[in-house]
Amino acid sequence: MSTDLLPEESTYEINKYDFRTKSNAVFKARKGIDAEIVNQISDMKNEPAWMRQFRLEALEIFLSKPMPKWGGAIDLDFQDIFYYLKPTNGQGKTWDEVPQEIKDTFEKLGIPEAERKFLAGVKAQFESEVVYGSLKEDLAEKGVIFTDTDTAVREHSDLLREYFGKIIPSNDNKFAALNSAVWSGGSFIYVPKGVKIEFPLQAYFRINAENMGQFERTLIIVDEGAQVHYVEGCTAPMYSSESLHSAVVEVIVKKNARCRYTTIQNWANNIYNLVTKRAFAYQDAVMEWVDGNLGSQLTMKYPAVYMMEPGARGEILSIAFSGKGQHQDAGAKLVHCAPNTTGQIISKSISKNGGRSSYRGLARVERGAVNSKCNVVCDALILDPASRSDTYPYIEIMEQDVSIGHEASVSRIGEEQLFYLMSRGLSEAEASTMIVNGFIEPLVKELPMEYAVELNRLIQLQMEGSVG
Amino acid sequence: MNDVLEIRNLHVEIEGKKILRGVNLTLRRGETHALMGPNGSGKSTLGLVIMGHPNYTVTEGDILLNGESLLEQEADERARAGLFMAFQRPVAIPGVKLADFLRHATTNVRNPERKEGEELIPMKEFRSELKDKMKQLQMDSEFARRYVNDGFSGGEMKRAEILQLAMLQPKFAILDETDSGLDADAVRLASQSIAEIGGEKMGLLIITHHDKLLEHNPPQYTHVILGGRIVETGGKELADELHNRGYERIRRQYPDAAAANDEATAPEALAEV
Repeated sequence: MSTDLLPEESTYEINKYDFRTKSNAVFKARKGIDAEIVNQISDMKNEPAWMRQFRLEALEIFLSKPMPKWGGAIDLDFQDIFYYLKPTNGQGKTWDEVPQEIKDTFEKLGIPEAERKFLAGVKAQFESEVVYGSLKEDLAEKGVIFTDTDTAVREHSDLLREYFGKIIPSNDNKFAALNSAVWSGGSFIYVPKGVKIEFPLQAYFRINAENMGQFERTLIIVDEGAQVHYVEGCTAPMYSSESLHSAVVEVIVKKNARCRYTTIQNWANNIYNLVTKRAFAYQDAVMEWVDGNLGSQLTMKYPAVYMMEPGARGEILSIAFSGKGQHQDAGAKLVHCAPNTTGQIISKSISKNGGRSSYRGLARVERGAVNSKCNVVCDALILDPASRSDTYPYIEIMEQDVSIGHEASVSRIGEEQLFYLMSRGLSEAEASTMIVNGFIEPLVKELPMEYAVELNRLIQLQMEGSVG
Repeated sequence: MNDVLEIRNLHVEIEGKKILRGVNLTLRRGETHALMGPNGSGKSTLGLVIMGHPNYTVTEGDILLNGESLLEQEADERARAGLFMAFQRPVAIPGVKLADFLRHATTNVRNPERKEGEELIPMKEFRSELKDKMKQLQMDSEFARRYVNDGFSGGEMKRAEILQLAMLQPKFAILDETDSGLDADAVRLASQSIAEIGGEKMGLLIITHHDKLLEHNPPQYTHVILGGRIVETGGKELADELHNRGYERIRRQYPDAAAANDEATAPEALAEV
């Protein structure tokens, strides 16, 4: 009954979402990245001059920045990737207008069904463009904007321009620069003052062309006293050669506003998932990131909350599950820039079948941010001797009168726990799954019901080894 | 009611160290046996080996349920076959609610052929049964929402074990010091509970240092284990004697077993027990 009897296979070859739809791209840029490609993307999108300029400047930064020297091993030839693919002419307004092939893909993903339930709106990204979107009318009447970012550049130009690239400037890191140069799609959300959206807004992203990088760009502005919960779920089919997903997500949470951003990332295990996510929280605002990473070959993602004004609060919940051939380098950043700010990071990672999970986190208190409280808890569960877990906590404190807590634990799945559950009639596989589900329970209960069910199911599949 | 659990000449090692040196014991369904012995005598080991703990190696002998050997069966198969052990120190399973765990366990034990992923007992049916059992055991129904043994007091752990016994209704149950760490009233309640949930219908092997747990479950047989062997078997009066006067007479009478026991409880050996 030793743990090496656990199911062996845990790659993503047989993913329940592992199907491909024939790619009928209307326009496909050539492989590689240079000024010509960036100009071409801008031309295709009919963008204003400022955006073209923004892209070209970002390209210079991308080309000049070295690769990060930390995190996971990245083996990518940037000139061997397609950066832009436009799958259809224009965006479908109703389900009927969406091309059948794309519809088939979404049918398989269950999106229309999900929408019928309780979604307030759906944005589905097929390759680089949002092809289908809807928003409940009552939200539109309240002045809520929920559209793809390309449309927002055209239709909400002033609002978008005020914030675009301000939270994560192009020179923040190499991959933020790359996204800034070639971005396409993503969601733009504006929630007006005092508007509280009861249901989560959701978006699904997929990559569906070999060597197709996906560079979505999301910007969320939650105005004073407003409230929104945005959920993105990522699934992708399996490919034989490397793919790159590099998103940028910027969030502004104004005075007394509240935003929660939930991600369940389940990319195929040949995908590099290198994402920059950052929020600015203003006076008494609350920003929460709930970040689940199950898929990809390598994920490097550290959602951040900058607490800009007194009373701001940042909370980050992070789950990582690394199976065979996977490295989840995930974590969180809290930056206290003002007095009386409160931050919390809870990180849970699971490593199995030789998988590697790393927690990489920053807790920083700037000078003047007196009476700030910051608490970091990270727990790792290792299921077998071949797997690995690392913790890289960075703590930078520039102020005296603050309270900082950090706890870390690493445990191996207990033989005694397995025996206890098995002595009550649970099979070894059922017992392991139950222990793992229990381990992440504190996070799962924070998810919307539908996602909690999905996450539990994905973990069960991964534990059974049937998530290819 | 003809079920029978037989332990035949059982020899057991852990990491090369001998713990059991030829245990013989026959337990019929409907009987209550008390198993008593000083520290290091092998009481808990016997229970764990019967239940199928993976750390122990059976080097000789057999464990038979209705004539069929259990040695090749994993703990879950033994549970489905009708065995149960209430642990002395049950481990915590954080994040797993007692009710969810029990629903899974109860389903598997009642449908031994159930394949992973197949339907569990309907929620409504399970809940009402659990509620009834908890009421019977004077337990707050909120208790079922807590995580298995996580942050439980000693008493709560033992009561959770009895609740599991009540739900799973095994053919044979080993109760490993279900009285330890409890005050006198709590032991009385535990003893009474075991009787109330139908303990007399099971075959009970009660491992204990005290006679209080036996109050409502009087044993037909009392076994004394010393140095990994059952050295004496008697009735209830033997349990009373050991409780009142300790193991001096037994030690004098069985010097070889006493020496083996001392070896097992030597400081360097204790670290492994």
